[in-house]
Amino acid sequence: MRAADHHDHDHDHSELSDMELRVRALETVLTAKGYVDPAALDTIVDTYETKIGPRNGARVVARACGDPAFKARLLAEATAAIAELGYGGRGGEHMVVVENTPGHHNMVVCTLCSCYPWPVLGLPPVWYKSAPYRSRAVIDPRGVLKDFGVGLAEATEIHVWDSTSETRYLVLPMRPVGTAGWSEEQLAALVTRDSMIGTGLPLSPAQVRS
Amino acid sequence: MNGAQDLGGMMGFGSVVPEPQEPVFHAEWEKRALALTLAAGACRAWNIDMSRHARESLHPAFYLSKSYYEIWIAGLEKLLTSSGLVSQGELGGAPLGPAKTVPILHAADVAQVLARGAPSDRSAAEPPSFAVGERVRTKVMNPPTHTRLPRYARGKIATVEAVRGCFVFPDVNAQGRGEAPHWCYSIRFSARELWGAEADPAVSVNIEAWEPYLESGA
Repeated sequence: MRAADHHDHDHDHSELSDMELRVRALETVLTAKGYVDPAALDTIVDTYETKIGPRNGARVVARACGDPAFKARLLAEATAAIAELGYGGRGGEHMVVVENTPGHHNMVVCTLCSCYPWPVLGLPPVWYKSAPYRSRAVIDPRGVLKDFGVGLAEATEIHVWDSTSETRYLVLPMRPVGTAGWSEEQLAALVTRDSMIGTGLPLSPAQVRS
Repeated sequence: MNGAQDLGGMMGFGSVVPEPQEPVFHAEWEKRALALTLAAGACRAWNIDMSRHARESLHPAFYLSKSYYEIWIAGLEKLLTSSGLVSQGELGGAPLGPAKTVPILHAADVAQVLARGAPSDRSAAEPPSFAVGERVRTKVMNPPTHTRLPRYARGKIATVEAVRGCFVFPDVNAQGRGEAPHWCYSIRFSARELWGAEADPAVSVNIEAWEPYLESGA
């Protein structure tokens, strides 16, 4: 797969229009045969554009930062704990949350396809589905982290989770320093998508201010 | 199958290139590709393991050179024709033949269907064979059909870290031969076990492995 197909768009109009035509033709056939309801397609697109995305996961993480009992439930029975915030369903039927600590960093990949926890993170970014990430995450996770500008101490254990079953992983990043007394909403603003995949760290309070 | 989808440990693809402020979709057709794939799946003419197999059995040169939604569309066309919902001719613009009677996903049901998802845990007929902390060895196997045991993790020693539950077994389900549920475990390998003596001693990798992938590692 192309590592970053967005880079090709400016000089790849013919292929894009080919795909546009091909997908339109397919939609026409499926609609005419009565297999799909075009209004359902619009609703699906709207759901993943506006309702389901990484802000859901950030709320879960922020809740865990401020509520030790919730955090304990999240680490023990993630699917049920996440459902307390109203998130669940397709692509997140069987959730597991893995916790980062000062000596232990978790990173999630799907080497075989694109498994990703949709209800809490939305649809995966292009890089997550790309050959560079899927090939290297398991053999050179430290190198991958460098691609993301994340340098961890050599002694920090890196634990990679290859999503080969229907289990979906969410990384619980460490709470950023300097956030004592912060509200859940403030904390959620520091929680990036990549920090919940394990290819990034949460923002610092200074980064948010700037 | 040992297709192009089984990427773990391959080299030469270059750096990971994150896109700042990446949009959810990069083109209008990608939106429709996602929605068509989900909506057509609701017709229940195939299961998720069949759809993964449809994508991974695309030619490796195609798989490795296309974007993910292009792969999804090619996989969807394959599923539609192999299931008989649509003919190759119809995809090519020929007049439409009669439709099969299948369940349809209506707009009003989308939210509920997505919220429900499709849990794949099943009740178990027997207790699990392996316990947390036990050493296991993954089998060496090269099925031409679908499997979720990646090549890099075959024939290796691991430790059982969790018993996830009894789940639909993709290797059988992808062939349309029923769900054949088996116990599934989270097992942990050291990077040195997977990649050799030069590997980073502070790295470990977990995969999820169904019982038929495993034998005792004692």
